[in-house]
Amino acid sequence: MDPIVSLQHLKKYYATQKAVDDISFDIQKGSIFGLLGPNGAGKTTLLRMITGIFYPDEGNIILDGQPFNPSKDIAKIGYMPEERGMYKKMKIGEQALYLAQLKGLSKADATEKIKYWFSKLEMETWWNKKVEDLSKGMSQKLQFVITVLHEPKLIILDEPFSGLDPVNANLIKDEIFGLAKNGSTIIFSTHRMEQVEEICDHIVLVNLGKKILDGTVQEIKQKYKENIFSIETDQIDSITENPIFSIIKKEGQKVFVKINEGNNSNQVLGHLINNNNRIIAYNEVLPSLNDIFIKLVETTHATTRAFQNL
Amino acid sequence: MHKIWLIIQREYTTRVKNKRFLLVTFLMPLLIIGLIFGSAYLSTTGTEHRKIAVIDPNGFIKTSLKNTNQIEFLFPENIDTNNYSQKGFTDILILPQFEKNSKTDYILRSKKSMGLMLQNSISEKINTAIEDQMLQDAGIHQNVLDSIHKASQFAELKAYEDKGENTSKESNAGLAMGIGYASGFLIYITLFIYGTMVMRGVMEEKTNRIAEVIISSVKPFELMLGKIIGIGAVGLTQFAMWIILITSLTSVGMGLLPADLQHQVTALQQNNGQMGSVGMVQASESAMRIYNMQHTIATANWPLILSCFVFYFLGGYLFYSALFAAVGSVVNEDPQDAQSLTFPITMPIIFSYLITNMVTQNPNTPLAFWASMIPFSSPMVMMARIAYGVPSAVSYWELALSMAILIVGFLFTTWLSGKIYRTGILMYGKKVNWKTMIKWAFTKQS
Repeated sequence: MDPIVSLQHLKKYYATQKAVDDISFDIQKGSIFGLLGPNGAGKTTLLRMITGIFYPDEGNIILDGQPFNPSKDIAKIGYMPEERGMYKKMKIGEQALYLAQLKGLSKADATEKIKYWFSKLEMETWWNKKVEDLSKGMSQKLQFVITVLHEPKLIILDEPFSGLDPVNANLIKDEIFGLAKNGSTIIFSTHRMEQVEEICDHIVLVNLGKKILDGTVQEIKQKYKENIFSIETDQIDSITENPIFSIIKKEGQKVFVKINEGNNSNQVLGHLINNNNRIIAYNEVLPSLNDIFIKLVETTHATTRAFQNL
Repeated sequence: MHKIWLIIQREYTTRVKNKRFLLVTFLMPLLIIGLIFGSAYLSTTGTEHRKIAVIDPNGFIKTSLKNTNQIEFLFPENIDTNNYSQKGFTDILILPQFEKNSKTDYILRSKKSMGLMLQNSISEKINTAIEDQMLQDAGIHQNVLDSIHKASQFAELKAYEDKGENTSKESNAGLAMGIGYASGFLIYITLFIYGTMVMRGVMEEKTNRIAEVIISSVKPFELMLGKIIGIGAVGLTQFAMWIILITSLTSVGMGLLPADLQHQVTALQQNNGQMGSVGMVQASESAMRIYNMQHTIATANWPLILSCFVFYFLGGYLFYSALFAAVGSVVNEDPQDAQSLTFPITMPIIFSYLITNMVTQNPNTPLAFWASMIPFSSPMVMMARIAYGVPSAVSYWELALSMAILIVGFLFTTWLSGKIYRTGILMYGKKVNWKTMIKWAFTKQS
């Protein structure tokens, strides 16, 4: 399948730093794509280039097979920035209508769609309220509706769950899955790893303006696995150090072991069976994205980016 | 284009529907008219009454000092500086024996100090009295004197503008000054009001963070322009409402005048200021005054003044509001920043206003010329000069040049501010000064 978005050697330099320094990746149509990175890694700059707010200094953005043309392609994109924003004094219905019209919908069309989404997310009574009357979670929901209202092919969500309670977070999560199933592509920027593991098909990790990781969640976990297994047994004390594996820690009925170089998991199992250890469960432990994230970011030696002169 | 129109509509309707806008629009004309009539009313009724005891060794003063409804001169016996207030006088005036050709002082003592106007009027009355006495001593009869005094009140300077080919138009410097001052002041005030309105609007969008949502749909420049045009339209609406309200209120006020007064005014209008026809009553003083006021107001070229006013209001507004928008875009949450950044914008506005005050009295100095060309000051200063008449005070080429420079000027500030705005509106947490703003404006950014 053709990618919906293809970034080719994007660069964006500010006066004091290389915000985005030669980043390329593809995003497949209909996928949920996670863009990860610590604060100040260049995520927002990257997203702003994809939404047409910034132009790249160098490199190309291909959207749907065509070079990206911000003034024409705006209607294909829905962007929910990290810092949510609304006119506080404007009525919610009018506000949604205004923002939808700015995206190119006709008034009648926009009204109909707002009504559809408002009733779907139980927001009908909000129409004549003002944003200042809403709680943070409620305005989050409103912002989400405004972002997806014009049925964009590409939906970009920057930290969509921050400030939402679990019920509303699940509600939005289901909507995101639904949108992806209907063919929209979702770019999801966050540093909450547990959400990424749950939601994203494909992720890219950026740090210091460079891409340091690219792949599906499973691929990445396989790539960064450290051959750690958990053995559940009721004879925990009889498992001892040996040449095949080393023990990392013991926890209740579980023993975590790391297989030594040159051996494989079957040899571990064989060793345990030969020793008459009773095994209840035997699993490979894959690293969490969180662990991979922290490990990779720390090896690049800077979680917060220092300013550099170019 | 369609999107700018949407933005203009939003900016316009949210402001025009606002209660504060309606309040200001309707109360302002009432306030102005109330102020004019109120002060006129107070000046006729609310004045203090002075009862002055005069000690005069000369004798002749008594016959020639004239009382007015403000000042009453009395010549009691046995009065001195110790007992005048007990006897019910507010002041005591002690005159010396006058000698010919020598300057003398006279003394006024009061319990309550006297205003400058009143003092001048007393000294004028005494001098007139002395002058009259000297003229009578020289052999001029009282009747002759009276007729001379009367004649001097009838002479009045009427200035005419020559238009060539034997046509001329009555001009009135006082009116011109008034119009020039009023329009300069109005532009001054509105530049501040609407300029800061633009700035606050931009700041609101930035601190609300809605700017980023909108800028993912429209270009930053379109958002800025839409806001400026929308708020400018609010300003025009307000002016239009004011003009309609003031003219209708004055015509209602005229309708409330007594019927015979209205008849007299109409008659005066038909007869060019004379009560010509035989058998008609003499026009009363108030009818004469109303006629004169209307006649004077009619000497100004109103269509020209109004259209120039609209042009210079819009030009000045566009010129400055773009700069205000640029400042709004770089300010973070701290309003203190806004204050120090607006200083370089408000200074030229205040200076222009000061120059305008000078130009209203002297429309043709080199200062007036240059200030009416430079777009920082031309909206106010040129209006002050136009009030004196085109082409008599301002030639057509001057007007055209000034307008052209202003148009180029606001195109330039809009372009400049657009570049600052584009960077500033998405920049958070960084303190910006004018130097960085200029740098943003002149470095190529994408």
